[in-house]
Amino acid sequence: MVEPLFSVRGLKVALPDMTRKPVIGRAPLAEILKGLDFDLPSGSVTGIVGESGSGKSTLGRALVRLLEPSAGSIRFEGRDITHLPEAQLRPQRRDLQMIFQDPMSSLNPRRTIASIIAAPLKQNGLGDRLKERIAEALHRVGLPQSFASRYRHELSGGQRQRVGIARALALSPKFVLADEIVSGLDVSTQAQILTLLEKLAAEMGLTVAFISHDLSVIRRLCQQVIVMREGRIVEASATDALFDNPKETYTRDLLAAIPLPEIDADWLRPATKAPA
Amino acid sequence: MSACLDIRDLSAVLPNGQRVLRSVSLSVQPGEVRALVGESGAGKTMIGKAVLGVLPSSVRIVEGNMKLEGEDLGKLQPKARRTLIGARTALIPQDPLTALNPSRRIGPQMTDRLVRILGWGGEKADTRIRQLLDEVQIRDPDRVLKSYPHELSGGMRQRVLIAAAFAAEPRLIVADEPTTALDVTVQKQILRLIAELQREHGTAILFVTHDLGVVAKISQKVSVLYAGKVVEEADTAALFAAPEHPYTRALMAATPRYTDPFASLMPVDETVLAGLAAEIAAADQAWRRPHG
Amino acid sequence: MDEARIARRRLSPRLWLAGGWLLLALLAAIFAPLVAPQDPLAQDLMLERLPPFWLDGAEPGYWLGTDSLGRDLLSRLIFGGRIAFIVAFAAAIAACLVGSTLGLVAGYFGGWADRIISRIVDVWMAFPPVLFAILLVAVLGTGLSSVILAIGIIDWTRFCRVIRAEAMGQSRMDYVENARIAGYGRIGIMLREVLPNVVPSIVALLSLEMGIAVIVEAILSFVNLSISTDDPTWGGIIAEGRLSIHQAWWVLVFPLITLILTVLSFSQFGEALKTRFDPVLR
Repeated sequence: MVEPLFSVRGLKVALPDMTRKPVIGRAPLAEILKGLDFDLPSGSVTGIVGESGSGKSTLGRALVRLLEPSAGSIRFEGRDITHLPEAQLRPQRRDLQMIFQDPMSSLNPRRTIASIIAAPLKQNGLGDRLKERIAEALHRVGLPQSFASRYRHELSGGQRQRVGIARALALSPKFVLADEIVSGLDVSTQAQILTLLEKLAAEMGLTVAFISHDLSVIRRLCQQVIVMREGRIVEASATDALFDNPKETYTRDLLAAIPLPEIDADWLRPATKAPA
Repeated sequence: MSACLDIRDLSAVLPNGQRVLRSVSLSVQPGEVRALVGESGAGKTMIGKAVLGVLPSSVRIVEGNMKLEGEDLGKLQPKARRTLIGARTALIPQDPLTALNPSRRIGPQMTDRLVRILGWGGEKADTRIRQLLDEVQIRDPDRVLKSYPHELSGGMRQRVLIAAAFAAEPRLIVADEPTTALDVTVQKQILRLIAELQREHGTAILFVTHDLGVVAKISQKVSVLYAGKVVEEADTAALFAAPEHPYTRALMAATPRYTDPFASLMPVDETVLAGLAAEIAAADQAWRRPHG
Repeated sequence: MDEARIARRRLSPRLWLAGGWLLLALLAAIFAPLVAPQDPLAQDLMLERLPPFWLDGAEPGYWLGTDSLGRDLLSRLIFGGRIAFIVAFAAAIAACLVGSTLGLVAGYFGGWADRIISRIVDVWMAFPPVLFAILLVAVLGTGLSSVILAIGIIDWTRFCRVIRAEAMGQSRMDYVENARIAGYGRIGIMLREVLPNVVPSIVALLSLEMGIAVIVEAILSFVNLSISTDDPTWGGIIAEGRLSIHQAWWVLVFPLITLILTVLSFSQFGEALKTRFDPVLR
């Protein structure tokens, strides 16, 4: 078997809990991720699904090492990056890119689109042929070249998210974290962005972790799914297996709670009384 | 039977003359749920605000009328209008956190409306609120009434707001994306609650949402909006059985369905958007002619 | 949308009014020896308390009248502007450099850097600013550089507080996080992603601070703690005018008007600049 791109064992992350911060002194730590084990096979798209508080975004941030885990290990291409200090991490960053949920806040309002896409290129020794590379990045996500000189506020939501994708893929990374990248968009735009990501992931052989609360979107895009709840993995399996034959009650509840766009008079009926 | 809410040819403009509502007509019968569905900028929230009389000051209604249980809102004096709207309508807002004052306890915030607008006594209001909290399945009303908003979960806060909305027995409730901020499992519970209370109290609801899935589950009638224009209106069952307008069809095809992943999430066709743009332009042209 | 934005940029009367007055006052101050009609120090007791030009008894060449020693008021105001502007620019820039740097560091780095800087600011702000200034000048000795130093030492906290809050907001933005993903270091991110977004506020504050520096300098002159008493300063003229208010109101009123117009122009100019050069403001 081929070695997975990511191999995660016993991953724990604890963050300061600001709601319990005393007036003086530090906030106590709260364990957000409580020991996760999983692999991300090279070239696969993995959906990470869960409700608020499940820890799915924290998991994403730990994978690209915006957070340092408190226990366990993260191996990227066989190399342990769990506690790599920032300076040693920097050469790895090129392969660990991220697309953000809110395309508004992920683009600096005072920089042109060209300058936003150029930043990671310059920082990673790809500052030559900059114009060409920016043009290529824009072309890849289907944006006209004239957008290079524009600012974020001159773009629509969908166009902003395209810029976010262009920036993340400009370095031809091995891994991309997509954190709820369509949840702020209208359905019609959502479909465009997902089709784009689907196409690019296949073309570039990307490994993608696709964080979402929407199981419908995940089924379309992902080859395997990790269902999370309260910092633990509830169920992880190949997509079709999970949807056709969910093993855990929680997964079934999640699926049953999705309002599909079709008439179903029974959907809102109170659930049959649970046996006492 | 007269409609609970009847909107005829409602047009509203921004200061620069751009129309944000384009001759909107719709009605909500007593005890009926009408969904207003559309993407951002469709004007669905604007209609809800117009009904409640809380449009932003930059938006001006230039034409059309709104009748609440037969009373023409445009013909009333501002004060009479406020009283009428206050007594017969209520709002279930999108964000349950910002809709509640963070520095006041839940109890007084819930009874306020009953005491101030309807002139109820404190005790009567309190009894009523407790009754409603029971209806929204809040089992420990004492704790909830004494809590501050941040001490409750998102789902609990939305329950509180639903209870408050139904407490004064309004004839019409405007629900503005009431479940958008919630997780799916909580959304289902909340939708179920709204449907139940709506049936029991016979309240009419104008249900604003962007989610066709929610439309299918909660409403009997639906108006599909685009750029402030009603592009299609139908019985919900009929709409899902056979959507007529190309935009409605495109919207349905774009909505993800895990049961059918490869027939959903279809990007909207350029020709559909071009057709919509032409339709809007023609409507504006026709509207401008008599208005010079 | 675009038209509205362009219209907003073009029509900014307050930018032109405030900027116009500041430019006029600044040019007059720079070229004071050329434009001042009289020698500001020349005393002539024959010409004492001449009224401004539209009143009976006015003398040509003394447009705004003279003070109790017969010195030309307009010339004194023009020469006083020199000190006012030197103090305004130097003190505001000093306060801005210190305050913005510390504010940026505290807001972006957070943690103990923030705790230390914020504590210092809290302690600093506990001193009443005017008394603090008088105390500092008393310690440092009078003179132009002490006045500038005193204002800088007192007012850096104004920059620090505002810039800290803005940098803090910025540091939570996704593009800051993305810069880490792109491989930037902390200082690089601060300069590249955070600083450009707080520059409009720095500019507005800088302009406001110049107005405040003019006032503080006037107050120090008023209590005779500023520059040597020979050089005319606005505060000094006001102090003298106060003594002869009943015989010659103009000696008090004209410098006051000059002072108010200048301070107001500085604050309005800063705000207008901020809105005008911010590409983000809708």
